[in-house]
Amino acid sequence: MSEPRTLLAIDHVSKNFGRVTAVDGISLDIRENEFFALLGPSGCGKTTLLRMLAGFETPNDGRILLDGRDIAKTPPNKRPVNLMFQSYALFPHMSVRANVSYGLEMERLPAAEIRSRVDAILATTELVPFADRKPEQLSGGQKQRVALARALVKRPRLLLLDEPLGALDKKLRGAMQLELKRLQHEVGITFVIVTHDQEESLVMADRMAVLKDGRLLQCDTPHAIYEHPADRFVADFIGVMNFVPGQAAADGVVATNGARISGKVPATLSPGASAVASVRPERIRLFPSVETANRITGTVDALAYHGLDLQLHVRTPLSPKPFLVRVTADAADRRPVSSGDQVELGWDAADVRIFAE
Amino acid sequence: MAPALAWLAALMVVPCALVLALAFFRRGIYGGIEYTFTLENFGLVFDPLYAGIFLNSARIAGTATLIAVVIGYAAAYAISAAPRRWQPVFLFFAVLPFWSNYLIRTYAWIVLLNREGLITQLLRWFGYTGEPPSMLYTEGAVIAGLVYNYLPFVILACYAPLSRLNPELAEASRDLGASAATTFRRVVLPLTVPGIAAGAVFVFVLSIGNFVTPALLGGGRFQMIGNLVYDQFLTANDWPFGAALAMALIAIMLLVLTAQALAANRASGHVTQAGGNTDG
Amino acid sequence: MAERSPGTRRTLWFVLSLVFAFLYIPIAVLVALSFNEGGLPTAWSGFSLKWYASLAGNSAILSAALNTLIVALVSTAIATLLGTLLAIGIEMRRQYGKALEALIFAPMIIPDIVLAIALLSFFSMLNLTMGLHTIILAHVVFNLAFVCSVVRARLKSFDWSIVEASADLGASALTTFRRVTLPVIAPAVIAGALLAFTLSVDEFIIAFFTAGAGRASTTLPMQIYAMIRFGITPEINALATIVMAVSITALTLSQRLNRGIIGQ
Ligand SMILES: Nc1ncnc2c1ncn2[C@@H]1O[C@H](COP(=O)(O)OP(=O)(O)OP(=O)(O)O)[C@@H](O)[C@H]1O
Ligand SMILES: [Mg+2]
Repeated sequence: MSEPRTLLAIDHVSKNFGRVTAVDGISLDIRENEFFALLGPSGCGKTTLLRMLAGFETPNDGRILLDGRDIAKTPPNKRPVNLMFQSYALFPHMSVRANVSYGLEMERLPAAEIRSRVDAILATTELVPFADRKPEQLSGGQKQRVALARALVKRPRLLLLDEPLGALDKKLRGAMQLELKRLQHEVGITFVIVTHDQEESLVMADRMAVLKDGRLLQCDTPHAIYEHPADRFVADFIGVMNFVPGQAAADGVVATNGARISGKVPATLSPGASAVASVRPERIRLFPSVETANRITGTVDALAYHGLDLQLHVRTPLSPKPFLVRVTADAADRRPVSSGDQVELGWDAADVRIFAE
Repeated sequence: MAPALAWLAALMVVPCALVLALAFFRRGIYGGIEYTFTLENFGLVFDPLYAGIFLNSARIAGTATLIAVVIGYAAAYAISAAPRRWQPVFLFFAVLPFWSNYLIRTYAWIVLLNREGLITQLLRWFGYTGEPPSMLYTEGAVIAGLVYNYLPFVILACYAPLSRLNPELAEASRDLGASAATTFRRVVLPLTVPGIAAGAVFVFVLSIGNFVTPALLGGGRFQMIGNLVYDQFLTANDWPFGAALAMALIAIMLLVLTAQALAANRASGHVTQAGGNTDG
Repeated sequence: MAERSPGTRRTLWFVLSLVFAFLYIPIAVLVALSFNEGGLPTAWSGFSLKWYASLAGNSAILSAALNTLIVALVSTAIATLLGTLLAIGIEMRRQYGKALEALIFAPMIIPDIVLAIALLSFFSMLNLTMGLHTIILAHVVFNLAFVCSVVRARLKSFDWSIVEASADLGASALTTFRRVTLPVIAPAVIAGALLAFTLSVDEFIIAFFTAGAGRASTTLPMQIYAMIRFGITPEINALATIVMAVSITALTLSQRLNRGIIGQ
């Protein structure tokens, strides 16, 4: 694969509103044609960052380079960047078709071209039957597609999407996630999507950035972030994680009850410092038949079926919170467990991640 | 934004400030203004003759307010008890007359009340043969005119809190053993005080400064502050005194508005207290 | 509220009927008399439009009506423009002081007589010749406040992100205003304008004080006032009926438009 080209470079960008620092020295590169996700808890500055890219806020510090050119002074209506608003922001007095044509009319394109491009995008987004309706006559999913079509029809270099699926119910959301992926593939436009739903970003993104309190914590592929979270916050925020608090040692963490969890200790952690060892629920084996570096016995507190797999809550002396263990339905059938049973858990040292507390 | 604010500043703030300043000058011998500082215009406001007119105005305005609030509240209560879908219609028709010309609405009462007017005709029709009663040009006529003109607003102001009232509150009160009358007095009325206050302030403020109604229905026999101000500017040519009277009018208005704000605050405190009681 | 006893319900209907009778009988009598051949409340002498015909021949009333129309149209136009811009300016910033709030609220609550004498003093201090133009200047003051409050009420529920969306799609500020903001708030702007028009047509006291001497700038309410002081004439009944019909129509229209906004 050839080296992907950088489309947008965010270079030490900061933004504060009075005393609140919404974005704090973020640097990121967004590559041509990728599906990039900005993820973080509410209020971490995702919308603010996106609005700076669209041109609705001016950074207090830092530069934003599109194709190597600083666009800080370019007004929103002159940027080849379009934003799909969190609330969709459809013009209530215009039909679906008028909403979608609006942006092309602003470019003063010939009517025939506008018509054909609008028709094409309405077909792609499956909106043809609704072309003459007003926004108030559409369902949430339809509105969302109009907002998307309206932004896409301009063929921007970069499409920004602010929680595009936030207003949809869970089922529609799942369908829309795939739909968005497909569309992005079809139109070949770089997407930057904001979400606070970590599952959504894992499903959709080629690469993602995790933000907290206006700072960038980690930027990588979903797989890398899931497997190698940069710190405890990311480990907790992305997916589900079991934590064992304790003190760092040479080859692991000594838990509060004296048990040793072995795993690779990062170089930054000096022995004796407080640390947490962590392991994903699906990496834990129930009644391990092979030798594992870490082993513990606990009591099953509760079980929950999640379709294909079974989730166990196991109380152990390692941590005050029960361990979450994911077992496939097959494995559970082979050796049934029930609430109150004593179980043995085991996991490899390679599956352990250790962070500063 | 700027042009609009400039307009308001030039044609409202400056003129009002001018009136305030005028009130501190002396009246010229031939009616003009003599630019020497004096407080005697304000002194004159408290002269028994004029203070009497103030009190008279306050009494007339107060009576009109009381009557308008009683009728208006009853009407608003009846509207809020009507079927939901009829309420906006009733409300619309209750407020509609408010938007026809004030002079015409006042004039309609001249037609009703004059010696050969409709009421006299009705009395005749019922067999009355004596002298036609003199109803026009009385204090009663002025009060009737004020009530008639401002009633729609009171209905509107009282309807707002009544329509927001949670019917379960009244039901809870009945459930706890209160009679309908007690429920009204202890639950409904206190919760709708803000609307009553808003309506009352409106009627009072507009009535006390009114000059059309006293002039037309009182026949000039019942001087109110508004007429006094009018006379100082257009007849007596004593602008500084007229200005002082106008400022007194504004002062009364601000006083009443402040009282209302305080009452509204007390009432909302009362409401939270009542809420606490029902919980406990 | 269906649980009220039939007795209570009957009482409530009775109250409502009385109040509506009180509100509408005086007006109804006026309207009826305007069609009475004899013109006097003493007896009904047959339906006739003759008082309307005689209105049409009354040059004083016609010129007053024309004056009123000029004042109302011009002051409404200015007030609608300024009031709308003011409303947008305030609501877009969202941070407004108490002083600004009071400044906009004041014209709606100052007693007419006070504003009237204030403007009279002001205009005469400036040695301005008074006439229709001064009435217009004065009427814009309160009309502007009313338009502003109607438009602001609409803007409270306005989704400002559509303005940004328009810019995002390449529209200039002016285009956005023309194609997005204005069409969306248009019902409120028209409702405000209709309200202002009605207020201006009906306004008497301020016009009376700022019209200056002479009959040339007499407005309809001033004319009506003069006629009423003179006594009951059947012509006023007809004139009153027309004026009421006009303002009630304008108001009903304004109400409709505002209802439409709320429904959105
Ligand atoms: N216009 C503004 N004025 C003042 N503070 C603001 C403004 N916009 C955002 N903030 C603050 O900046 C911080 C980041 O806000 P932002 O909207 O970017 O968060 P977010 O990550 O999009 O959150 P969410 O997931 O809830 O949408 C918050 O603390 C917010 O209160
Ligand atoms: Mg956001």
